[in-house]
Formats: sequence, C-alpha cells, structure tokens
Amino acid sequence: MCQVDEVYSDHLERAAVPSVSKKCLKCKEAAAAVVIRAGHSYCRGCFREYFIHKFRAMLGKNRIIFPAEKVLLAVSGGPSSCSMLSLVQEGLSQSAHKKLRFLPGIVYIDEGGAISQSMEERQRIVAELQAVFKGTGFPFHIVPLEQVLDLPSSVLVTGPPTSDQPASAYKAAVDHFIQNNSSIFSAPPDQEETSPPSQKETSLPDIQESRVHLLQQLIGSVKTLTAKADLLNILRQHLLVHTARAEGYSKLMLGDSCTRLAVKLLTSVSLGRGAQLPQDTGFSDPRYGDITLMRPMRDYSSKEIAFYNHMFKVPSVFIPSLETKTTDKASIQRLTEGFVTKLQADFPHTVSAIYRTSEKLQTAFRSSSTADSSGRCLFCMCILDTAVESASAFNMTLISEQLSQTKAAGNTKAELQQQSPAEPESSAPAGQCCSSGGGEDCGRAAGGGGCCSTDKATETPNLRSLLCYSCQLTIKDMSSVDHLPLYILSEAQRRQRRSQMREEISEFLLDGEDD
Amino acid sequence: MAAPVSIQLEFGGGAELLFDGVKKHHVTLPSQSEPWDVKQLLVWIQRNLLKERPELFVQGDSVRPGILVLINDADWELMGELDYQLQDQDNVVFISTLHGG
Ligand SMILES: [Zn+2]
Ligand SMILES: [Zn+2]
Repeated sequence: MCQVDEVYSDHLERAAVPSVSKKCLKCKEAAAAVVIRAGHSYCRGCFREYFIHKFRAMLGKNRIIFPAEKVLLAVSGGPSSCSMLSLVQEGLSQSAHKKLRFLPGIVYIDEGGAISQSMEERQRIVAELQAVFKGTGFPFHIVPLEQVLDLPSSVLVTGPPTSDQPASAYKAAVDHFIQNNSSIFSAPPDQEETSPPSQKETSLPDIQESRVHLLQQLIGSVKTLTAKADLLNILRQHLLVHTARAEGYSKLMLGDSCTRLAVKLLTSVSLGRGAQLPQDTGFSDPRYGDITLMRPMRDYSSKEIAFYNHMFKVPSVFIPSLETKTTDKASIQRLTEGFVTKLQADFPHTVSAIYRTSEKLQTAFRSSSTADSSGRCLFCMCILDTAVESASAFNMTLISEQLSQTKAAGNTKAELQQQSPAEPESSAPAGQCCSSGGGEDCGRAAGGGGCCSTDKATETPNLRSLLCYSCQLTIKDMSSVDHLPLYILSEAQRRQRRSQMREEISEFLLDGEDD
Repeated sequence: MAAPVSIQLEFGGGAELLFDGVKKHHVTLPSQSEPWDVKQLLVWIQRNLLKERPELFVQGDSVRPGILVLINDADWELMGELDYQLQDQDNVVFISTLHGG
C-alpha cells in the first residue's frame, strides 16, 4: 500500500469496489488472500514473500547498518514493532547472502505508571512480553518509564556520529565480513539461548512507589490529552536513546508503520512541528548524533502488518495507552488517526502520498542539520525553528501571549517585566546579572531567554526559549514545569548560562554571528 | 427457512476490549428466512455481544474504518464484504488497527 510509484490519479477511485480478481496477482495460481491495494491481491505465500522482501530491501537500500553493529529494537508490544521483531528474526535465519548481519537487542519501555496501571497489571504485561522476547534469543532490556526521572543531562546532548562512513566503506565492510564469516554469527540465534548472561535483565526492576507518584504528577500536570501524548513521546525517546547509549548500541529501530507516520505527520503539522517533519518521519533520523534512529517499518501499512501478524501468528500484546477507548475527538492525535484511517479505507493511495511528502522536504532540510545541542530543542532535539528576528510575527505572538498570561503559574511579576521588552529592566530586582553586558542586550535576550532567571537557584529556568514551537505548545499546557525531570531542568540551566555568557562577551566578538 | 449457523468470531488488536476482553466467541445465529450475511451479523453482534461503545466498532451499517475483517483467513474485500453469505463453521476475524505501534 505504501509502494513508491508516482501515479495516483488512476488509484483514486474508491477501493471498496470489489473489482479484484480472486487469483493471486503474482503467482496467478493460488487463491488471493490479501488485497494490498485495489487490483493488487496476493495469495498467502506470495504475501509473506512480499512482506519479508520489503524489509530486507529497505535495509539494503539504505546501507546504514554495518556488519556486526549492535542494533536496539524498540518493541512496544504493539503489532508494528512485534512484526519488526519477527522480520529481524526471519532475516537472521536466512541463508548467508541474504542474511541480516547485525546484532539485535530488544528494549521495552513499560509506561504503565503514566496511565495509572496497577503494579500487578504491569507485571502481567511484562511477563507476557518476556515470553515473546525469550523466544527470540536476543538480549532484552525491560525499562520502566519511571527511570526517565533519573536520566543524566547528557541525554540531551548530541554525540559525535559513529558511522559517518562513505558508501564504499560499507561495501568493503560487508565483503570483509562475508570472507571471514565471523564466528559470532555461525551459531543461529536459537542456539545462543544456552548463554543466559545475554538475557540478564529479565523482569521488571523494582519501582519505588515515590517514583511512580512523581511520574504521575508530571503527567497529571499536563492538561490536555494531546500534550500528554506529546510529552510521553518525548520522555520515551529520551529513555530509549539513553538505554541504547548505556548498552552500547549505535542504532535504534522504531516500529512506526506508514499509517502511523502519516498520522504523525499530519498531527505534527497541526501541532506546529512543520520544521521537524523530515526527521520525525524519515527512514533514518540523525538528531542524536551517535545514535541513529531508524524506521524500517515505514513502508508497511497497518493493514499489511495486521494481516501478516494474524496469518503467520506473530505474537503481539495489547497494551492500553492514554488514548485507549477514547473517542475520535479526544486529542489531535486521535482526530488525525480517525481521518487517516478513513482515508486509508476509502483512498488507500493517498496515505502513502502523505508520508512521502516528507521525503520531498528532506533535502532542503539537511543543509542545516549541523547545529550543536544548544541550537536544538531541549525536548525533542530537533533544530530550533524559533531563532527568528525579534520583530517577527512569531515573536509578536509570544509577547502578546505573555502579556495575557500574567497569572500563569510560575510567572512572577518580576519575570513578566523582564519578558516584556517594552519595560526597562532596571525596575526588576534580578537585573544585576546583566551588569557586565549592555542594557539593550539584556532586554533583547529577555525576549527569548530570560537571562536573569538562573541566578536564583530555586527559580525554574525559562524553558520556552529553549524549545521548538511545538514543544512550547506542550509546555504551555502544563500547570507547572516543576514536575519535569531534573535532567531536563538542569540541562536548561546549563544552556541558559551558556547563552548568557555568549551574550556577555558578544561585544568583544567580531561581527558576523549575531545571536 | 435457513438452518441456524454456527460460526467462530475472533477479535484482536484491541477490538476485544469492547467484548469484555474475550478474543474468541463461538456463536450460533438462529435460523431465519433469509441466509445470514455479514451485514446482518454486524447487527447481531451489536445486539448480543458488544458490551460498550458501539461507535468504536461499527459505523453506519459497516465496521468502523481501521477495523479489518477476515473471513476464513482471507481479506473480506475478496469475499464480497457485507454481502458475503455466512456458511456453517465459518471463521470471521475482526482486527483493530487503531492505535497500534
Ligand atoms: Zn501467489
Ligand atoms: Zn521540540
């Protein structure tokens, strides 16, 4: 359903018309079992082959995983990531020349705490998944979301890319690998089961009641379901990246399907995440530098995945989420999902057209992807799209928002004054830190930075200036930022100190780079 | 007069939550003058099995978009969808694809 062909016009007729022949399009013998798209139906065997081939082709085409590289599969228990897991297993069991050559591991983030699941319920789900993971023979890591509260600030720092090697290096590495036929791979994965140390963290680690409570306070401080889901995505990603780094993985595979990415893409647009589209939905996502995020399921529709899992008994575990059993209008994400799903049912080709739009944006975007972490959003690590001149419409929106929100939590009178550029900063008691710089500079920095907020240790840093537009919307929905994990708050302070310092020395720098 | 039809229904992908979390149901559709088709089956499910929130399962006289239907392990699009006439011992599967990841 998500195949790359440019002709849409003739597929736009309603798919519901049963114009399908009952024989498989490929082998033309067996009875068709799955309609891939209008007029394209495959028998069971050909569908399986098509499904498996697509995965290997996707990885082969992109050539970013080197032989013997450690790849962490993020498995949520849902159909798409479980399908991804079974495809990796399938790929490792292939004969030599078709075989996948990386070393997979599995990570599962248990988010039960965020949706107030009981500990028994969480343990039951974990046990169910453990059975699935053990069956693969891969090492696996079960991480409760509560651990996000104890992450180091370094999660929010981009690492130096590890595999920034040319295509020729990839070819050489593969050739070298095939010749030596490395002994790590000579044993099929099911025989590796005899080495238990590779599966050490087998059950849900103990979680303190107080951590669960803190997490629930954090989620509870967000008012709308849309922003809750957004925040949860961000926290989950930080924890995944941290786990990958801590366990020595350099690639992180996410199970987003084509349908899911189309939902994400349209949601992103409605949430103001325009600038991040290519990275949010592309095949490979370099935003963390040393850990590359990959989305190898992005060519699969949720229908293909559901059929494959059902027909070939791929186990998946239904895990309730924030949005389970909510109505179509409960959040922007759910609303968009409803829309895309209906599109998929009625006009299957438009869904792939949606997500392929993001590919077209990619080239223009790449040129600016070299910013260091301070030029990146504190939450989602995308390159900041908010660094625009002070007279822009964007800034005006901010100022008028700030003025109309005088009673918002954490907005003291002094803070308000420094945020409004019209107010001279001399009246604010926090003015002392600006003494070394010019008064004008301070006023300007305050528009987006609140340079004075860091000298009071108890004060929460002004986070908004460190966030991209859409993450600003998320935080706007929070009653208080005090519940945010410490690693986010302390990294915010570090970045603010840095930009403050840059501000202070700016007049000694040569022209050119004007902050 | 058509004889009663015994079929197996299966719900997955979260759709089972609307049926008390039970995935497999063996049901017997009572005899009626017309043969049973899938359209009538959906009405029967709504009246007899569905525990809550019918809008999450049906829309109009069909299933809600995002719920896939398989009849005897084949895409219902190949079987005539709502017009398919149920046979004794048929297996009908409903899989929700909403919110899977
Ligand atoms: Zn075939
Ligand atoms: Zn952001």
